[in-house]
Formats: sequence, C-alpha cells, structure tokens
Amino acid sequence: MNNTNNATPFETRGQRTQRLVAASLKRRYRAELRFRTYGIVAVTLGLLFVVVLFSTIISKGIGAFKQAYVTLDVTYSAADIAPDGKLAPADLAQGDYEAVVKAALRNRFSDVTERDEKRKLYGLLSNSADTILRDRVVKNPQLIGTTERVALLASDRVDLVVKGRISQNTPEADRTVSDLEFGWIQALLAEHRLKEQFNTGLFTHGDSREPEQAGILGALVGSMLTLLVTVCLSLPIGVAAAVYLEEFAVRNRYTDFIEVNINNLAAVPSIVFGLLGLAVFIQFFGLPRSAPIVGGLVLTLMTLPTIIIASRAALKAVPPAIRQAAFGMGASPVQMVTHHVLPLAMPGILTGAIIGMARALGESAPLLMIGMVAFIADVPRALSDSATVLPVQIYLWSSSSEQAFVERTSGAIIVLLIFLLLMNALAMILRNRFERRW
Amino acid sequence: MQNLSVIIAILGLSAMSYWLGRRRSIAVVGGLRSAAQLHSLPGYYGVLTGLWCAVPALLLLAVWHVVGQHHILDVVMSHLSGDYLTASAGQRRLLMDEVLRLAHGGAALGDVRPDVRAAAQEWIRLDALSRTAGGLVALSVSLIGASVAWSRISPTLRARNGVEWVVKLALVLCSLIAILTTVGIILSVLYEALRFFHLVPIFKFLLGTSWSPQLATRADQVGSSGAFGAVPLFAGTALIALIAMLVAVPIGLLSAIYLSEYADRRVRTVAKPLLELLAGIPTVVYGFFAVLTVGPLLRGVGQALGVAVSAESALAAGLVMGIMIVPFVSSLADDMLTAVPLGLRNGAYALGATKSETIRRVVLPAALPGIVGGVLLAVSRAIGETMIVVMAAGLTAKLTANPLEAVTTVTVQIVSLLVGDSEFDSPKTLSAFALGLVLFFATLVLNIIALRIVRRYSEQYK
Repeated sequence: MNNTNNATPFETRGQRTQRLVAASLKRRYRAELRFRTYGIVAVTLGLLFVVVLFSTIISKGIGAFKQAYVTLDVTYSAADIAPDGKLAPADLAQGDYEAVVKAALRNRFSDVTERDEKRKLYGLLSNSADTILRDRVVKNPQLIGTTERVALLASDRVDLVVKGRISQNTPEADRTVSDLEFGWIQALLAEHRLKEQFNTGLFTHGDSREPEQAGILGALVGSMLTLLVTVCLSLPIGVAAAVYLEEFAVRNRYTDFIEVNINNLAAVPSIVFGLLGLAVFIQFFGLPRSAPIVGGLVLTLMTLPTIIIASRAALKAVPPAIRQAAFGMGASPVQMVTHHVLPLAMPGILTGAIIGMARALGESAPLLMIGMVAFIADVPRALSDSATVLPVQIYLWSSSSEQAFVERTSGAIIVLLIFLLLMNALAMILRNRFERRW
Repeated sequence: MQNLSVIIAILGLSAMSYWLGRRRSIAVVGGLRSAAQLHSLPGYYGVLTGLWCAVPALLLLAVWHVVGQHHILDVVMSHLSGDYLTASAGQRRLLMDEVLRLAHGGAALGDVRPDVRAAAQEWIRLDALSRTAGGLVALSVSLIGASVAWSRISPTLRARNGVEWVVKLALVLCSLIAILTTVGIILSVLYEALRFFHLVPIFKFLLGTSWSPQLATRADQVGSSGAFGAVPLFAGTALIALIAMLVAVPIGLLSAIYLSEYADRRVRTVAKPLLELLAGIPTVVYGFFAVLTVGPLLRGVGQALGVAVSAESALAAGLVMGIMIVPFVSSLADDMLTAVPLGLRNGAYALGATKSETIRRVVLPAALPGIVGGVLLAVSRAIGETMIVVMAAGLTAKLTANPLEAVTTVTVQIVSLLVGDSEFDSPKTLSAFALGLVLFFATLVLNIIALRIVRRYSEQYK
C-alpha cells in the first residue's frame, strides 16, 4: 500500500473534492489576478493612447497661435512709393513697397553688402510685408516721407528659430537657417525687435503657400457653409422619416426594408458616399465641383441614418399615454404628433442631430471625392464657390513638406477639436437639462 | 427673371393666400363665433390654400428648369459646326463644358472658336428667355391654384384631412430617401463599374496580382488589363485591417470587461468617457498622428533592432487604426456583457467559480455571438476607413504579408485615382468605381451578417 499517495480508498467523495479544490485554489486565484491585470493593462493602454494623442497634438500645435513679428523703422520714401507725385489711391497702390521693406532691412543691418547675403537678409521677412505697408500708405497718404515703427510678419524659418524648433546646435548643413541668419535673429531678439505675438492671421487669412501667411478662415467658412446645408436638409428629412417610421408606418415588409436599409447605410464606409456624390451630384446633375452645396448634400446622405436612428429612439421614449391622451381629446394622428409627441421628443432629437453634425464636421474622406481638396486661397462667399473644409485643410497642410506647416496643422487640429468639444458639450447639456425621464 | 426671386414671390403669395383662405373660411360661416360649423379649424383652410398656391407652382418651376436647361443645351450645340455631331462623347462633353463656362461668364482658356463663342451667346439669350417664361407660367399657376382653393372653401370642405394627407405624403417621401440613397449608391457605382468591366475583364480585376493604373493612361498602354489586378489591394487592406483588429479586439474587449465587471464606480465614471473621447476624434487627426509620431517611432525602433521599417509601413497605419476602433469594440462589448442576465452569473458563483472563471466560462460564451457581431462591424469599419491609410499607408501596390513594408489599400487607391481632374472615360477613373463596388459589397455583407447576429442575440435574453 502506498501511504504517500493521498488517494486512499478510505477517502470519501466529498473529501476528495475538498482536497482537489484546495489544491487548485492557489492556481485559480493566480489566474484571477492575471485576468484582472490584463483588464487593467488594457484600460491603461487605452488611456495612454488618449494622453499621448492629445499631448502630441497640443505640444506641436500650441505654437501655431503665436507668430514672430519683426519691428523695423520703415521710411516711406516718396521716390519708391510715388515717383511721379500722384497720390490717388490707385497710384499709391502701384508703388514699389518691396523697395521700402528692403531699405528698412538694409538700414538696420548696414554692414550687409554682398548680394547673396542681402537676399538672405530680405528672406527674414515674409513676402507679404510689402502689402502691409501698401495698405497703410493707401489708407493714410500722409505717411509718405515719414519714418515709423512697423511690426512686419517674419518668415516661417525665423518663426521656427524663435520658437526653438530649429536649434543652432545642429550642423549648419542640416538646417534651413544659416549661422549668418542666426546672428541677425539673435541681434533682433536682443533689441526686442523680434517678438512673438498672438497669431491673428491664423483666423483671418485663407490658405497660402507660405506657412506664415496661411490661415484657416477659408476652411472654417467652408465648413460652416457645408454644415449649414447639412443641417437644413438632414434635420427635417431625418425627423420626418423617423416620425413616419415610428408613428405612422404599419409594420410590414416595406417598412422592414426601409429599416434594414437605414441600419446598413449607417455602417457604409463614408468614402462610398463620396463616390455617390461624384457620380450623381457632379456627373449627373452637373453641380459644381468643390462646392459646399455638394459637400453638404453628400454629408446629408451620410448623417441621415444617424439622425433617423437617434430620432426614432427619442420618439420611442415618449410614453404611449401621451398619445392616448391626445387621441382622447379628439386630436388627429398628425395633431397628436406635431402638438405633443414631437415637442416632447425634441431634446433627444436635437442631441442626436448635434452628435451627427459633429461627425459631419470631422469628416473628410467623402469630400476628397467631390474635389473639396484643391488649394483655395480665397474665402468662399456662396454655396457654389470653390471651398475646402477644416479637416481637409488639415489633410492638405499635413501633406506639405515644409516644417512650419506641421505646427499649423496641429494648430488647425486644436481648433477643430475645440469645435467638436463644444458641440458635444452642447449635446450633453441639452440631454441633461431638457430630456425628461418618464 | 431669376429663379430665386420667382421662388420668393411664390412663397410670398402662398403666405398671403394662407391669410386669405383663413379669413374666407371664417367669413363663410359668418364670423369666428360660429367657427364651430366649419369641418376644420380656420387655420387648416388657410394652410390648404397656401399649399395649393405654392406646391404645384414650385414643382412646375423645378421641372421647367431641368427640362429647359437640357433642351437649351441641345439646341445650342446643334448650331455648332459639323464636327460636333461626329465628335466622340468625350469631346462633345468638353465642348459643352466650354460653352457653359463661357456662358456663365468664365474666362476663356486659350483661343475660343467663333462658333463656340456664338453658341455661348445663344445660350445666354435662350436661358434668359426660358427663365422669364418659366417664371411667368409658375406665377400664374400659383395664382390659379390659390384662387381655385380659395373659391372651394366651404363649411363642408375637409381641409384638415387634405392638409394631413400632404403632411403624411411628405413623411413617406422623406423615409424613402434612405432607400433612394442605397439604390443611388448601387446604381451609380455599379454603372461606372460595369463600364470599367467592359474595358478590363472582371476576372482579371478580381484575380490579377499586379496593380499599376498610372501606366494605363499612356496611349500605347490603354487596355493593357494586366495593370488592373486588384489582389494586392485586397491583401493590403486585409493586412492593415488584421493589424487593427489585433490591437482593437484585445484592448477593447478586456477594457470593457474590466470596466463593466471589476472597476469601481469612480474609475468607471472617469475612464469610460475618456476612452470614448477616442471615438469622437476625426480620422484625419489619427492620420496626422500616424505620420507624425507612430511612423517615425516605429522606424526608430526598427533601426535600433536592425530591421528595415518602411516610412509608410502597414504596421503604423494598422496600429493607429486599431486605436481608433478600440472605443467602438469596447462600447459594443460593454452592451453585450451587460445584456447577459444576472441569473447566469449568480449560478456560476453558486457553483464556486471565481469572478474571472465566471466571466470566461459563462458570461463570455453567452455574450459571444453579440461580441462576434460587434467585431464584424469593427472589421467593416476598418476596411472602409480612409483618411488614416491615405495619410499613413503607401501608394505602391505590393503583394506582401510583411507588416513592416508599405502596402496600399482599396480606399487609398480610390482616393488617389479620383482626386484631381478626372475624365470619366479612362479605365483609370472607372477602376475607382469598381473598387468602390467591391468595398460597398464587402462591407454590406459584413454589416448584414453582423447586424443580424447582434439583433438575434440581443433578443435572446429579453
């Protein structure tokens, strides 16, 4: 008989079970702990993504809200601006303001004489400096002949140096700013002539090939126009469709088919809606390419399923007693819906609609298909003008090779995220404040 | 006469006829006091009159505009010199566009043939004529409609029923748009795809292993169907979607389990909305993140390990796409887990199972169909996702299973084929629609299966 083995014939079944359970407990508790750890790791990873994503975007983009300006003593010499003495605005606008800017720079750095160096010196300023001076002179011709201190937009490379994105420690051959230029920039910084100011141009300019002049106004207006079309179409159509399906339709094959359709459309890739827009709205109906009206139509079709589903949920939440009470008072079905059910469901519907709009605001793939991806410097004024939208602007800037655009891209992303945050906060407030629990 | 001013005029007339109709309905019964003799409330008579005033006129105006524009273009183009009639469809289209651009005041591109310029002038004249005529007809129709409706107002007229009939019709039409959209997608994409399959046989497209659409635009390459083999694109899409799923499913599922089963309330109220933030971020931001941070990071790691990592590796795109899908998987899994009835859990606890054993042996198997459905929806989202891959994945089609190399996907190709000026006759442009068709049906099948599974499952425990 083997005494070391516990499996003696005298052991009862209950004892055996107890022994097996006790022996396995340690292992099972370890497994329990392991499983729990997996969960914690997964949640931590997810949160880590959020933190990394936001901190990357913010740290790269926060600089875009500041912009370097160079303050120079500008002498408005009559010889450059109005060589023939005519002072009408049209003549003044023809003046050679580039020469004025160059003279101001040469005046400050009088030791620069070589042609090559001069060209570099002029490169410190953005090429829009002359238009700033022109606008000032045309507005106030008395300036001619005087000298004043003007803050002029610095070029993107100077801006990057001031922000510390280009370091003098890297070998000269590996950076776009030479030692000579570093010297000038440091001299200007020491005199407090080179300063960072709030970048108003980001919000007042359209797109530009020059990073320091590029702004998001055009894209913002384009987004607003596109969203306007989307709201005006998708909200009434979506609510009407939801009201029909929820309040009037008899459940039959036909309404089931609509329902399956809506659920599927909600999961169709957005780019397919872009293909539809290209083939139907642009090719078939001949609407203009790149226009907010077409973008709005495409986004309408894309957001409709979301709005219909949210509206149906809101309508469903209104208790049947309301409907019966309305009928009891002699209301017709349409009156019951428009006077009672719809107003009660409105907060829920609007919450869903705002969330749908937030998604439409961030959408870019279908808009690439209909040509809202061109370089457009002008701010759109009408629904049929060529335009782009904020997410597509981000895409365009991100594919630019210039280093300064990385900062602009992140800045534009911050603006977009702020808009999305505001919309979602509005939806949350609507939900918390007005939605009734029955 | 501009269409917009006609529309505004009709709407103004309609508002006026609302007021007139309402007043007349009160007048026919002799004052508000006896309004109870009317079949409907006075407002309904007004609305009915207003509808009769506006709806037929606006419909007529729309039809007039569409038909008129087509007809005018036909008339104008038939005046062009003889070569128009014999020109190919593409050249006709170009000439038409030229005429229309000139007529709309666009700048001429280069030299304009005199007959084209004359045609543009003719177009302007006819267009103005048509607009004036259409506007006048529409206005008179609106007046006739309003006066007929106005004269028919009587105490027995069932105005409310009429108005409600129109409202219900509008509701039905709106719900039809969902079907119209699906039909529109299928028809438009299918039509262009069929044109493509005339140029390139469908089997060569679906089974060919070499993809280089750019070559086919050269004159001597047209019809060289070998360049339109889409298998590398399908493989690339599958590879990136697989990587995304390998990231999203474990993280999404495990965090859903932890948050719904283990975490206390405070952790949950903080962590859940934070994770859901990821769902609200536009995909273009993820794409930028992939290019800016993840791509260089992987490259750096690869260099440190002595492995060559492409700048546009499938791994970078897949990882970031996985992050994007995490909240999608976790919220769906969360729904499915909470749908499992408490009785099942309590039964397992009563048998002495630990929490993790209950979850793994009882809750997960019970929720499995729903979770599988959710994962299928996530796959469909991954293969249809565009911006991340457009920005972070490559353009060259390569048949490889190595996630460190650059691959391209169906959506990337659709975008690169259609962005910029595109003629609708070249196989290059049409192939984008063929790819779109494949994408649509692939996601459709996944969605239908997934939605069916999810629905059946969620009804199982009700």
